[in-house]
Amino acid sequence: MPLLRIEGVAKSFGNFRAVDQLSLDIRAGEFFALLGPSGCGKTTLLRMLAGFETPDEGRILLGGNDIAQVLPHERPVNMMFQNYALFPHLSVRDNIAFGLKRAGMARKDIATRVAEMVALVKLEGLEKRKPDQLSGGQRQRVALARSLARRPQVLLLDEPLAALDKKLRESTQGELMELQRRLGMTFIIVTHDQEEAMTMAGRIGVMDVGRLVQVATPRNLYEAPASRWIAEFVGDINLFNGQVAGRDHGRLTVATSEAGTLAVSELWPPVTKDVVSVAIRPEKVKLSRRAPALGEGGSQAINRLEGVVADVNYLGGVTSYRVKLETGAVVRASMANTARLDVDAYLAGQRVVAWFTADDCLVLEQ
Amino acid sequence: MAHTVTRLTRFNMTSLALGLAFLYLPIVILVIYSFNASRLVTVWGGWSLRWYHEFFNDRAMLDAAWMSLSVGAVSATLATLLGTLAAVALARGERFRGRALFSGMLYSPLVMPEVISGLSLLLLFVALNAERGFWTVTIAHTTLTMCFVTVVVQSRLSALDRSLEEAAMDLGCDPVRAFLMVTLPLIVPAIVAGWMLAFTLSLDDVVIASFTTGPGSATLPIRIYSEVRLGVKPEINAICTLVIALIAVIIVVASFASKLSSARGESAAPL
Repeated sequence: MPLLRIEGVAKSFGNFRAVDQLSLDIRAGEFFALLGPSGCGKTTLLRMLAGFETPDEGRILLGGNDIAQVLPHERPVNMMFQNYALFPHLSVRDNIAFGLKRAGMARKDIATRVAEMVALVKLEGLEKRKPDQLSGGQRQRVALARSLARRPQVLLLDEPLAALDKKLRESTQGELMELQRRLGMTFIIVTHDQEEAMTMAGRIGVMDVGRLVQVATPRNLYEAPASRWIAEFVGDINLFNGQVAGRDHGRLTVATSEAGTLAVSELWPPVTKDVVSVAIRPEKVKLSRRAPALGEGGSQAINRLEGVVADVNYLGGVTSYRVKLETGAVVRASMANTARLDVDAYLAGQRVVAWFTADDCLVLEQ
Repeated sequence: MAHTVTRLTRFNMTSLALGLAFLYLPIVILVIYSFNASRLVTVWGGWSLRWYHEFFNDRAMLDAAWMSLSVGAVSATLATLLGTLAAVALARGERFRGRALFSGMLYSPLVMPEVISGLSLLLLFVALNAERGFWTVTIAHTTLTMCFVTVVVQSRLSALDRSLEEAAMDLGCDPVRAFLMVTLPLIVPAIVAGWMLAFTLSLDDVVIASFTTGPGSATLPIRIYSEVRLGVKPEINAICTLVIALIAVIIVVASFASKLSSARGESAAPL
């Protein structure tokens, strides 16, 4: 039995179906991310877990008990709000102690727990400050400490890092993961930032128009997206539409109008439709000056596309190229800058061959 | 530090002085003449506190002043209570049927001519056969000032982040406790400002009070008004100076409360 089971939950606002027949299991001690574009219903789902919205249908089982209709203050679940929602009239200490006082904890125990929380999020010396005397990063820590203080069975985090700048966000991601591992607590985070979800979460649930479209580990989500929409939503991808032309020992040949005939390895489950898209991630596309020798892709079939470099974007760690094929289609390729001096760089206008193996391609139904 | 404030030009200085003079000269003259020793209002006879002394021995005038202050305090308190509840209902309540109509009706005293409010209240009290006096004036002033309190408190409430209340509930408060422990402390400055506003409005109202008051329970403005019709006594100047001082104090306190409110949250009550 998972710690949290969401069963056929639905919620509408007027005619708008925010969450639509959604089911999901979350295990104890898991770091789970709900990822999706804005308006996909991920925040509504989180608010239903916190108790701020009640589902129209379905059950939410926490440790086997249905909490769908339980009021927020009676749930063993706490939430960290996107804007932190710190009480401006209370000090850091009183903010953290707020939930403990409500729980009727003894004075002495509250003091101990608050001190413990302050140490946990490294806010020593700031206990007497008011929220408006803190920096953004410090406020975020207070919010985290306040939501952890009651030791909830599940901690819900609504875009917890959205208000921080990039550097602080990255270090805070690491701290959140470390904290979650140390406390062994179940974290459910809502985010629209796929990099954030991939960095922190053990599993990611991708949502679109109120439905859960895929639940997978970060790696599987990226390398084996369940649909064309997910492939495009998570990361960058080249897509070529075509028709299945042949099938031979787990290898498909797909005739595309933009990139000619491509060889693709077929994954499980097999493709049932004839009209498909061949997808290839830019970092799996290699560039070379001349056609690669047969041995270069191992024993695999290699797809070769000839074209001209249309533009080059140097991004520091990687350089991304756009190669224009004779058909007019564009293939994006990105290459890691492994050497400081760019002996391997290609220039705009140069003729190149973009190539990739059959195993690196995905076949997605349209 | 660089000069970020441009200095006043001669023209700006003059227009500022003229503007302030237009607003405050009559009041300054009134204050100065309240210290006049002469019996004639327009003739300067040297400095004296004679008229203040006279006022503090004028039983009828003191009764009127007491009446005004107690009507002001009671009606402001009632208006603050009702006005705050209305503001909470409008800002936080579910979207109930007729909400727009209700909020429109609540604000109607803001634009309604006082003569009409006064007359309609008079008709109501006559119809109810209520004895006119302290309570009728107080009730009338409560209806007049409640909407001002609502405006002040509601604007503060709508500037407050809803997630604060949600956070309180998440941390174990039922909705009522969440309101009392989080929302209320944050809107107290606006409530105080609303009370002050209601009190000053009640203190200087003549029209509605004269419709709804009865014999023997005149408020200070009514009393002054009827005295002035028989000729201006210098004593009136002294009374007015005291009222001005009282109102000035209240306005300063109210603006401090509103400042405090803005220091605590994102936006202040408009005052």
